[in-house]
Amino acid sequence: MGMTMTQKILADHAGLDKVVAGQLIKAKLDMVLGNDITTPVAVNEFKKIGVDKVFDVNKIAIVPDHFTPNKDIKSAEQVKYIREFAKEKGIVNFFEVGQMGVEHALLPEKGLVVPGDVVIGADSHTCTYGALGAFSTGIGSTDMAAGMATGEAWFKVPEAIKFVLKGKPGKWVGGKDVILHIIGMIGVDGALYRSMEFTGDGVSHLSMDDRFAMANMAIEAGGKNGIFEVDEKTIEYVKEHSTKPYKVYKADDDAEYVATYEIDLSQVKPTVAFPHLPSNTRTIDNVGDVKIDQVVIGSCTNGRIEDLRVASEVLKGRKVHEDVRCIIIPATQKIWKQAMSEGLFDIFIDAGAAVSTPTCGPCLGGHMGILAKGERAVATTNRNFVGRMGHPESEIYLAGPAIAAASAVLGKIGSPEEI
Amino acid sequence: MKAQGKAIKYGDNVDTDVIIPARYLNTSDPNELAKHCMEDIDTEFVSKVQKGDIMVGGKNFGCGSSREHAPIAIKASGISCVIAETFARIFYRNSINIGLPIIECPEAAMDISDGDTVSIDFDTGKIVNVTKNKEYVGVPFPEFMQEIIAADGLIGYIKKQQGNKEA
Ligand code: SF4
Repeated sequence: MGMTMTQKILADHAGLDKVVAGQLIKAKLDMVLGNDITTPVAVNEFKKIGVDKVFDVNKIAIVPDHFTPNKDIKSAEQVKYIREFAKEKGIVNFFEVGQMGVEHALLPEKGLVVPGDVVIGADSHTCTYGALGAFSTGIGSTDMAAGMATGEAWFKVPEAIKFVLKGKPGKWVGGKDVILHIIGMIGVDGALYRSMEFTGDGVSHLSMDDRFAMANMAIEAGGKNGIFEVDEKTIEYVKEHSTKPYKVYKADDDAEYVATYEIDLSQVKPTVAFPHLPSNTRTIDNVGDVKIDQVVIGSCTNGRIEDLRVASEVLKGRKVHEDVRCIIIPATQKIWKQAMSEGLFDIFIDAGAAVSTPTCGPCLGGHMGILAKGERAVATTNRNFVGRMGHPESEIYLAGPAIAAASAVLGKIGSPEEI
Repeated sequence: MKAQGKAIKYGDNVDTDVIIPARYLNTSDPNELAKHCMEDIDTEFVSKVQKGDIMVGGKNFGCGSSREHAPIAIKASGISCVIAETFARIFYRNSINIGLPIIECPEAAMDISDGDTVSIDFDTGKIVNVTKNKEYVGVPFPEFMQEIIAADGLIGYIKKQQGNKEA
């Protein structure tokens, strides 16, 4: 019996010829990631281990992105603590305000993750890098501390679910719609403990930004990781962004999957997840009349340049509805600059939207757009749990950038076709 | 190791955003976190929880973010163990790493009612519902996790290994 993509990567990093699902292994790490919420706890734990040095100053990335630029004194203290730790240990990849971005948009852009890598991150959306054909998964602060000290982590080799993508997505359908469609189909625990492997001819019709958005939300189906087969687009992206050596892993023909789903991308419609679970999906033609107060376009799911281009296409020459606040947050400094030079900010500002410096901000109810009691937001983020963006009685509707921008204009959830 | 306490029961998909909302994550102090544990789905939790109580959830307990603050807040609030039908994997891993005992047992998770007195034997995985006079058997930890628990969490385990290397 053969191995899946994930199993092959894990086997190689464990120094084994073969692994099987359920096996416990110790794997070498190519990157260990943390942010301003999880790293302070990891630093405390690291100190308890009693080692002086981190395993490799180049293989740790610390990105203060959640409550930065610091929203209050406590957040400032947290970042100060990890900044000092990074300095003391000589950690190369500490990204200060001015260079930072939302971590999962930043790492691929900086070339810090390449195909075949094993990456752990003390942030659940670390699974994003599966878009590059890497094995990456979210862990907690204690695991991060252990990873920083030893350069290794324990894993249980996961079973896998295969998603065979076919056809070409229609206008206004992006990676976000495809992954919401999948989560709606299999549920928020549909891939619990498992890897989600994306393959098939349809992959070639998805841009890297589409793939990042999809791998990003594997965790929203309970997945351990989401991973795409590497193709020319991946290699092109990697060559443009990184000088690190990479390795392409392909699943064996006789690899075992616990389930296989075929998805015809041409049939996927723009999709919205209603409160309070990402699996509570409806296609855009079934959303009904939902009035909204805020739109957020950004995050590690959909704050990339293509997302901003789609939003600008919808907002061009139009106005944000008078009852809506529209907040646009480019995910990194590079994306910010690119959007600016392409003239997207003129379109956003003329439409009456606000543009922010990179931050997670409202995605986790941190700052920069918190919801009041009873308010509703359409967000291109990835979670719509109770209280995620503010008051426990506020509501979040998850969508891609096209639907989000159209909803900002309409004052209710709708599609670009309606404006 | 054993625990006994009253059950406090919740449903499926209890996520880390309701266990400890992000607005309180500008600190990592366990006692501060415990003050806001569960408040978005149960405003009474903090005032009613007694030391030793047992939290019971349905499917996919602890889904969402990787914040270790979630099991830390539950542990600091006095909960001695969480029983659920299934756990989200990062939460499961984090709980073991920080020393919050958790047990997967669909039968117990479904059958136990809010307020039942429940006792758990972690060595055998046996769960007794004292109120209903019933017994259930939970999934025992895999061996390597038992080693982590025996070393009082992942940090203790790593320390031991570092020690071995030097020896
Ligand atoms: S953008 Fe949102 S989901 Fe992504 S890392 Fe930041 S808080 Fe987490």
